[in-house]
Amino acid sequence: MTLVNEPINRGEIRKKYCRFKKHGIKYIDYKDPNFLLKFVNEQGKILPRRLTGNSAKFQRKVAQAIKKARHLALLPFVTDGLK
Amino acid sequence: MFQRNYETVFILTPVLSDVQIKDTVDKFVNLLKELGADVINVENWGLKKMAYAIEKKTTGFYVMVEFKADPTLIRKFEVELRREEKVMRFLTTVLDKHSIVYAERRRKGEFNKKVEAKEEATK
Repeated sequence: MTLVNEPINRGEIRKKYCRFKKHGIKYIDYKDPNFLLKFVNEQGKILPRRLTGNSAKFQRKVAQAIKKARHLALLPFVTDGLK
Repeated sequence: MFQRNYETVFILTPVLSDVQIKDTVDKFVNLLKELGADVINVENWGLKKMAYAIEKKTTGFYVMVEFKADPTLIRKFEVELRREEKVMRFLTTVLDKHSIVYAERRRKGEFNKKVEAKEEATK
């Protein structure tokens, strides 16, 4: 029961980066469900920024694209075992 | 005349025969032309399985139309889409400068290369 500051293994926590800035992607296509699946969890819910590492601007674009894809039944609203 | 780029994806009920599907798609494309839009690209994605049932059907015939049009024209076009029973669902989006570039690259088939590349890898 060592409450003293335990060594947090720094190595594991890699710096998250925004994949859109890094690869220079400018437009997120709502018609391409395979790409959007990366930002959705098992139940089809949108993953938060702290997990995807997106910047605020692109997280909003991803959210809008996912909602459009859901409207067109390319992505489910709620499901289980999506991946 | 100020024209914007638009992109409409609509889903037709799968119950139709090929002829009926073709007629409906042509009907909308011609409607757009009559209203003064110039249609850039029409893509039939064909019968696709939908993520959830719409009007008790689990598959739908997806059609995408890219066109340049005057903003006032969209209302008429959408009224027509709503009136048509064969169309189960539609979504019209305006294209900003990034999406226009993306759409052109997509038309040239730049993105299919990734798919082809994967296929070659798996062969």
